[in-house]
Amino acid sequence: MKRTARDTEASKRVLNRRTLLLGGAMGAMVAVLGFRMRYLQVDQADEFKLLAEENRINIRLIPPERGLIQDRNGKVIAGNEQNYRVVITREAAGDVDLVMRRLASIIPMTAEEMQRTIDEANALSAFVPVTVAERLSWDDFSKVAVNAPALPGVVPEVGLSRRYPLDTDFAHVVGYVGPVSEKDLEGLDAPDPLLKIPKFQIGKIGVEKWMEETLRGEAGTKRIEVNSAGRVMRELERQEGDPGSDIRLTIDADIQNFAQARLGQESGAAVVVDVTNGDILCCASSPSFDPNLFVRGIGYDDYNILTENERRPLANKTVSGAYPPGSTFKMVTALAALEAGVVTPDYRVSCPGYIEYGNRRFNCWKRGGHGTVNLTRSLTESCDVFYYDIAQKVGIDKIAAMGRRLGLGQTFDLPMSAMTAGTMPDKQWLLDRYKQDWRIGDTINASIGQGYVLTSPLQLAVMTARLASGRAVMPRLVRMVNDRELPVAEAPALDIPVEYLEAMRLGMHEVVNAEKGTAQSSRIVDPTMVMAGKTGTSQVRNISKAERDTGVIANEDLPWNRRDHALFVAFAPYDAPRYAVSVVVEHGGGGSTVAAPIARDILLRAMSDGLPSLEAYPASQRGRIETMLKELPLRDPVTGQPPAATET
Amino acid sequence: MSFLEYRVKFAPTGIRKILYMNWPLVLLVTAVASVGFLMLYSIAGGNLETWALPQMQRFGVGMVLMFIVAMIPIWFWRSMAGLAYALSFLLLLVVQFFGDVGMGAQRWIDLGFIRLQPSEMMKFTLVMMLAAYYDWLEPKRVSRPLYVLIPVFLIVIPTVLVLMQPNLGTSLMLLLGGATVMFAAGVSLWYFAGVIGLGVGAVVGVFTLRGTPWQFLYDYQYARIDTFLDPSADPLGAGYNIIQAKIALGSGGWSGKGFMQGTQSRLNFLPEKQTDFIFTTLAEEFGFVGAFSLLGLYALIIGFCLVAAFQNRDRFSALLIVGVAANFFFYIAVNLSMVMGMAPVVGVPLPLLSYGGSAMMVLLVGFGLVQSAHVHRPR
Repeated sequence: MKRTARDTEASKRVLNRRTLLLGGAMGAMVAVLGFRMRYLQVDQADEFKLLAEENRINIRLIPPERGLIQDRNGKVIAGNEQNYRVVITREAAGDVDLVMRRLASIIPMTAEEMQRTIDEANALSAFVPVTVAERLSWDDFSKVAVNAPALPGVVPEVGLSRRYPLDTDFAHVVGYVGPVSEKDLEGLDAPDPLLKIPKFQIGKIGVEKWMEETLRGEAGTKRIEVNSAGRVMRELERQEGDPGSDIRLTIDADIQNFAQARLGQESGAAVVVDVTNGDILCCASSPSFDPNLFVRGIGYDDYNILTENERRPLANKTVSGAYPPGSTFKMVTALAALEAGVVTPDYRVSCPGYIEYGNRRFNCWKRGGHGTVNLTRSLTESCDVFYYDIAQKVGIDKIAAMGRRLGLGQTFDLPMSAMTAGTMPDKQWLLDRYKQDWRIGDTINASIGQGYVLTSPLQLAVMTARLASGRAVMPRLVRMVNDRELPVAEAPALDIPVEYLEAMRLGMHEVVNAEKGTAQSSRIVDPTMVMAGKTGTSQVRNISKAERDTGVIANEDLPWNRRDHALFVAFAPYDAPRYAVSVVVEHGGGGSTVAAPIARDILLRAMSDGLPSLEAYPASQRGRIETMLKELPLRDPVTGQPPAATET
Repeated sequence: MSFLEYRVKFAPTGIRKILYMNWPLVLLVTAVASVGFLMLYSIAGGNLETWALPQMQRFGVGMVLMFIVAMIPIWFWRSMAGLAYALSFLLLLVVQFFGDVGMGAQRWIDLGFIRLQPSEMMKFTLVMMLAAYYDWLEPKRVSRPLYVLIPVFLIVIPTVLVLMQPNLGTSLMLLLGGATVMFAAGVSLWYFAGVIGLGVGAVVGVFTLRGTPWQFLYDYQYARIDTFLDPSADPLGAGYNIIQAKIALGSGGWSGKGFMQGTQSRLNFLPEKQTDFIFTTLAEEFGFVGAFSLLGLYALIIGFCLVAAFQNRDRFSALLIVGVAANFFFYIAVNLSMVMGMAPVVGVPLPLLSYGGSAMMVLLVGFGLVQSAHVHRPR
């Protein structure tokens, strides 16, 4: 295998040529790689830099602290409390089932809750934390923290959640918060991104709902760095949001508590309005419920108990209850007639106990009749026939117009849910609503606040405030936002001649203070706090002629839901009106016996510091009142804690 | 040509051989490896023990091996070529039937102190074998069909074995490395043109027949090709690696994010960041300047090798050097093409940088052979 030198030279030349070719090809490839590098790293650098940032940076919202809701003196009605909760991350937990079983042995958890959490964790991305339990006690919370090594992926967290320390007292006015639902997002063009945070809570009802924007505040943001699994590595930048604004209501928590307690288990409502500026000092609806249950997510059973109760604890009867006002409406009829000039203040009617119109007979509540009745006496003794008479003279349209001027048949601009306008009927309304012509009989019924007339307790309180002040007082519920007093414009005058209003006030004074007054037993004897008012007892059933002949069945003998509603409207002090009150007790019986005493106590409470003084009551009643006041389940004025035996 | 024909008396002897080594090559190799240590340190988040230290130890052992191989005369290695090839081939068969299963493929024999990858060994023993074959073969006969068929078999049989492991990357390297030696030896260009023509035809056939009853590949294989051609079509699946690698590279920009500041690698967006995708971290942290410099170092290493091949009038030595350099080059080219989104993702490490023991050592032994050829070249 000898090779010649030439042979070797030739083969080496071939080899060198080929090597050169290879080197050239390699060089070309290196150039291609170099150009590719340049393309990616120089020409397209900006685009890729952006992508890398997008990879690594997430923007998360920081929920702002929700504004407080306070009473007029700053007592907290809705606050935020630390919420100890435990979350689990599937990725970090590894075996979710095992970790959850361990967790269930440490903190109270039902098998159902455990399964729900496991399902939720499996349904979401591995790194998304799932809430296992909320509102843990400090003890349970510490147990989880201590056992952390045995519980991979389980993180104890502290958040804020809404708490209503005065629970039942403000359930209806303030409402409650709850997680955002699909329905809440409907109709919002550009919903606040906060609403998309899982379990973010917004106002569902009441002030919490209607002042949501004010209370919510602005979300802060934090830019966080995440790794490829989405785990948060560190926080890069944080921009705090604005906490929600605090709201001070016009309501006085102490008066509210007193009213709520005074109503007790009755199904009813009590509203107190400051005559001078329209401030709603008390807006109590009973029975009530604990709004904290709803924040936690109310259970099926608890909810059923509330909805199946015939006294409707969930309803805010102060604004959404529409009741026939009964005789409390008589001032409206009387003022309409006076202003129309169809009667004078000294007009008299003879009451035989009934009037007949066509072939119908309209009875006065007093079967034997009142004899000759003038305006004042018609109020004092609540003669129905007097109003049947003057109503026919003035006509329904003028009565309805007067009702509206006094605040009936309308809603007010208040942050409250389910406000009813009630009904202030006139001829056109009946035609529109029922395609019927108005008949005189309808006017007669309406003249004493029966028939089609429906009013809410708030409207009655406003009416009374307007009668007492002579001004078109507008109710208001919010006193301050963020410690800034909201301006109150002085209410315009009602433009009703003073002597007519005086006649009404005098009549109302006599109702309570005259010997024959229907609410005489509920008078206030303290001369600086004299009360004037009007009773009302509205039927919820028709009394047949046969029954009338044999004797009207007493309320006590009827089933609860067939009994009359008891109403009372009042203001005090008589010479310098300050507070107007309305009390409605559903199916309570008589206005004078049931509603008037409650109204008196609430008015006295509003006019006193602390519990009403016994001196204000007639001497004969003091013993009974003292016992009653002592037994009222009032909250501790400082701690807000209810007495041991709680109301439900 | 037997070893007696070398002009032995001009060859350096004893310890003086060290002076005659190709020192620029040694320094360049050390420089590139050092870049690798730096990157492994950075990828581990500033931890030396994780990857950098073991890699340095292996490099140390590899360098010692390189020097030892370099000191041994090249004619000894030529005489060993057949034996080395046979041994590698045998080991390939052994792993095929008894090898440990790692990463889903049978690739290595666990010798206790090191996991031996016969496919890695085969890369250079194949080159040695082919170089020895063409050294033996009369240059006139290199293009005769029979003499072309012999090296083709020498290449194809181990390639098929490696492919069956399955290790697409390494089998591709064997094929390209072997073909390069044949090319350098002077095999007629027509053969290469024919093979390339067949390859292009096959590719065209694969695509034109797609969707017809005569399609070559399974549907899932087509899907993989689609993913390669348009990674954004499957951003969280198979395309993820390529997309994230390109983002890392591109976001490095001109001068990079700084040492240990690469967000893509630090936050785990990059796959295989210490092995096949190590270049992306370098490019992210040191930018175009760093990445291009590394490419320059690699080009210099290849350049010095090719120059050494030119200088070497011994046919075996020259072919061996070209073979080793070509192997080295193909690794770089395929790896960089892959991480820059120009080639499908096949498991090919970046030589001297990627974490991994046996590849590094085998490569250094390969450079040892180059050095031996250089030291003992005819003068």
